[in-house]
Amino acid sequence: MQRIGVFVCHCGTNIAGTVDVKKVVEMAAHEPGVVHAEDYAYMCSEAGQEKIHKAIKEKKLTGLVVCSCSPRMHETTFRNAAEKAGLNPYMVEIANIREHCSWIHKDMEEATEKAVILMRAAVAKVNLDAPLKPGESKVTKRALVIGGGIAGIQTALDIAEAGYPVDIVEKTPSIGGRMSQLDKTFPTLDCSSCILTPKMGEVNAHPLINIYTYSEVESVAGFVGDFTVEIRKKARSVDMNKCTGCGLCQEKCPSKKSLSEFNRGLSTRSAIYTPFAQAVPNVPVIDRDACIKFKTGKCGICSKVCQAGAIDYDQKDEIITEKYGAIVVATGFDMIKLDRYDEYAYSQSKDVITSLELERIMNAAGPTGGHLERLSDGKAPKEIVFIQCVGSRCADDRGKSYCSKICCMYTAKHAMLIRDKYPDTNVTVFYIDVRTPGKNFDEFYRRAVEDYGVNYIKGQVGKVIPQPNGKLLVQGADLIDSKQILKEADMVVLAAAIEPNEGVRKIATMLTASIDTNNFLTEAHAKLRPVESPTAGIFLSGVCQGPKDIPETVSQAGAAAVKAIGLLAKDKLLTNPCTAHSDELLCNGCSQCANVCPYGAITYEDKEVNDHGIRETRRIAVVNDALCQGCGACTVTCPSGAMDLQGFSNRQILAEVDAICR
Amino acid sequence: MSIEKNEEFRPKIVAFCCNWCSYAGADLAGSSRMSYSADVKIIRVPCSCRVNPMFILRAFERGADGVIMCGCHPGDCHYTSGNFYARRRMTLLFSMLDYIGVENGRTRVEWVSAAEGAKFSQTMHEFVDKITSLGKNVRLEDLRCRN
Amino acid sequence: MKTEKNRAEMIKEISGVNPLKCMKCGKCSASCPSYNEMDIKPHQFVSYVINEDIESLVNSKSLWKCLSCFACVERCPRDVKPGKLIDAARQIVVRERGNTYLDPDEIPELIDPDTPQQLLVSAFRRYRR
Repeated sequence: MQRIGVFVCHCGTNIAGTVDVKKVVEMAAHEPGVVHAEDYAYMCSEAGQEKIHKAIKEKKLTGLVVCSCSPRMHETTFRNAAEKAGLNPYMVEIANIREHCSWIHKDMEEATEKAVILMRAAVAKVNLDAPLKPGESKVTKRALVIGGGIAGIQTALDIAEAGYPVDIVEKTPSIGGRMSQLDKTFPTLDCSSCILTPKMGEVNAHPLINIYTYSEVESVAGFVGDFTVEIRKKARSVDMNKCTGCGLCQEKCPSKKSLSEFNRGLSTRSAIYTPFAQAVPNVPVIDRDACIKFKTGKCGICSKVCQAGAIDYDQKDEIITEKYGAIVVATGFDMIKLDRYDEYAYSQSKDVITSLELERIMNAAGPTGGHLERLSDGKAPKEIVFIQCVGSRCADDRGKSYCSKICCMYTAKHAMLIRDKYPDTNVTVFYIDVRTPGKNFDEFYRRAVEDYGVNYIKGQVGKVIPQPNGKLLVQGADLIDSKQILKEADMVVLAAAIEPNEGVRKIATMLTASIDTNNFLTEAHAKLRPVESPTAGIFLSGVCQGPKDIPETVSQAGAAAVKAIGLLAKDKLLTNPCTAHSDELLCNGCSQCANVCPYGAITYEDKEVNDHGIRETRRIAVVNDALCQGCGACTVTCPSGAMDLQGFSNRQILAEVDAICR
Repeated sequence: MSIEKNEEFRPKIVAFCCNWCSYAGADLAGSSRMSYSADVKIIRVPCSCRVNPMFILRAFERGADGVIMCGCHPGDCHYTSGNFYARRRMTLLFSMLDYIGVENGRTRVEWVSAAEGAKFSQTMHEFVDKITSLGKNVRLEDLRCRN
Repeated sequence: MKTEKNRAEMIKEISGVNPLKCMKCGKCSASCPSYNEMDIKPHQFVSYVINEDIESLVNSKSLWKCLSCFACVERCPRDVKPGKLIDAARQIVVRERGNTYLDPDEIPELIDPDTPQQLLVSAFRRYRR
């Protein structure tokens, strides 16, 4: 028989406000096995843990029930407290009477009744708990960073600086990401590539960093500390070791009609290309869909002009298999497609552009060489209208429900830069709210208004109508002056919402990392564990976790790196002892469990068993504790009921069901 | 004429929630103060595939009026494939339960991710309403277990 | 006579709109073709319903100036649909007046030859159910 102690937390008034804590304590005393029950204001505090310690010692407790917040919050805290007092940490169960009870119910009687039932279920479970001992697993001291934008670059650098080897996998031919496409950055107006390019070079030169560009993660197996990842290195058709990056092939390539992804389709590129001049690595790839040699078999000019003999048309995709201890996701973002926003005439007029396209136009290396001009006729625009929140903060299914966070600031930046460089150009910004939380952000926005004369109008634009004379008629509302505005503009810039990169869902599935309805990866705890995925060993860096600007991305990248380093620095990890095990007397060796096991943790052995005096050799399922993750699929599949899951055994769950239905 | 509602009836509802998505979703519903009926009691399981049909039968045997199982969205299972097994098992179990007189409305599978607190609360609302309208479960309950 | 609260509730019920979802972006007013004819602007419909000032709304010029073109309904990013609110306000006026049914034979006589076609189409769209 267990000797159970029940500890009920007030959590200030968070629990005690709606749950009669004393009543729970009183009821607990009547439960089977309970020899001690008490309540305290903050069980998780030092003093609260001291009470637990004392009770374990004095009452010789063999099991604990803590009625408090979610086990996802403080289970570890209380397990550690139990361990310190000499109790097996797996003899602790949490009754979640905060998130699942006091916070969602208002009626004291109702909430107390539920809290008592939850406490009972936990007591019933502890009664059947058995001490468990975690196993150990090794840590592969190597990290993988998925995505080579500023988030991935910063994370990789930080991890490598701590002395651990890092691989970066980047989908496109060069690292650099979105930041390499930007012209200037707010709020200091630093030139984006001036601060990014050195970092790209640093990553490239770092002895501990290995970059796989034009590559994608193909599959992920394993678990924290010991992931096995297959990386598909797409055929570049250029030998990276031989290529000198002279660029002659790109110059001579006769197929020059492909749209440049880097310039957001505003210019063309050759079939053999590097995305941009400062690309890292500076080795081109052949776009096989556009290459004449691949389409017709005739051409081969690049191969002829290449002095180094680096062109290799026969190159094949290569699968690299590597082991990693930690994986950092830094897959970044893209802008949403605007095909469902017809009212802004984005698809009808070349002069309606997105902010990222404007970024390319303003960039000296962009399609217009840095001259602000209309894409339709090349004329300098005299009247520019910016429209905010295009697809952000939408309740309907056309856009995104969230605020994209960066648009207010980059629009202020664009407006300021245009007014600075082209003082005779009028800039009007239609906004819903201007959101500038951040160091020097509001000052920056005010400068745009006060020093640069940018005209901010509170209101939205209803529609943009392309006129026969090439102008764009913008119909908007000024809510403060209460009037409808009709304005002829030369150019309209849409601050389109940002969304996670399209491949992220596939990656999340491979990593079994949770992801929300907007395709942002979920963090383990919104406040306390913002850079970790709930899946152990997976860390989040940059916009894949939620919209953020460059400074925030860099800080998060550093934080993710620290978390990864913390993991890599360990020699051994304790594994979850809640694994499956089979009862050799019940197992009939049918192999059903091995079929459903996602980790291949179940094997079969011929084993001599003593079945009530009958000694015989039987084929029996054996679970490898190091591989088993404790999902329990096998336990339900087992036809003879031989498989059971430690810590969540059949009897325990049934006892909980019974306690709840009592 | 309408059937008189028994206002006193408070259903007993057991919810099985997987640790990684739905339990976290329920936590989020809690921390966002999105209320739902106190009649729902949650049991934490590592994965929806840990839910043995036996547990559900036991719940009905012990007088539960409805059982709901929540897991990660298909494809997002923390253990890669667990919720697919759960989905198949529950489909079979629920149709069998229907056959023996436990209405389909008393059982439900819902996919709730860790970010869907609102969905969790909404689902529980709907489920409780449904069970309340169905009334007490009279099938399967073992009266010897009643106390 | 109904209280203003009842009328506001009724508008919400008829239109199926939750005015509290409005984020005051003004895209409705920006989209409205008869903005300049209106005394209460489309984005203000929402606050009149929230503040339960239905009397002003039903006595406004806007009530009958709205073409029911539903541009605001279509473009509203928050699913607030001011056009539906004003439509519901019209319904209230009609219902309060009573005698709300027409003989189909009377309809052709009632149609003013100057009535914009869009209005007719909108009316069909509105009353088809």
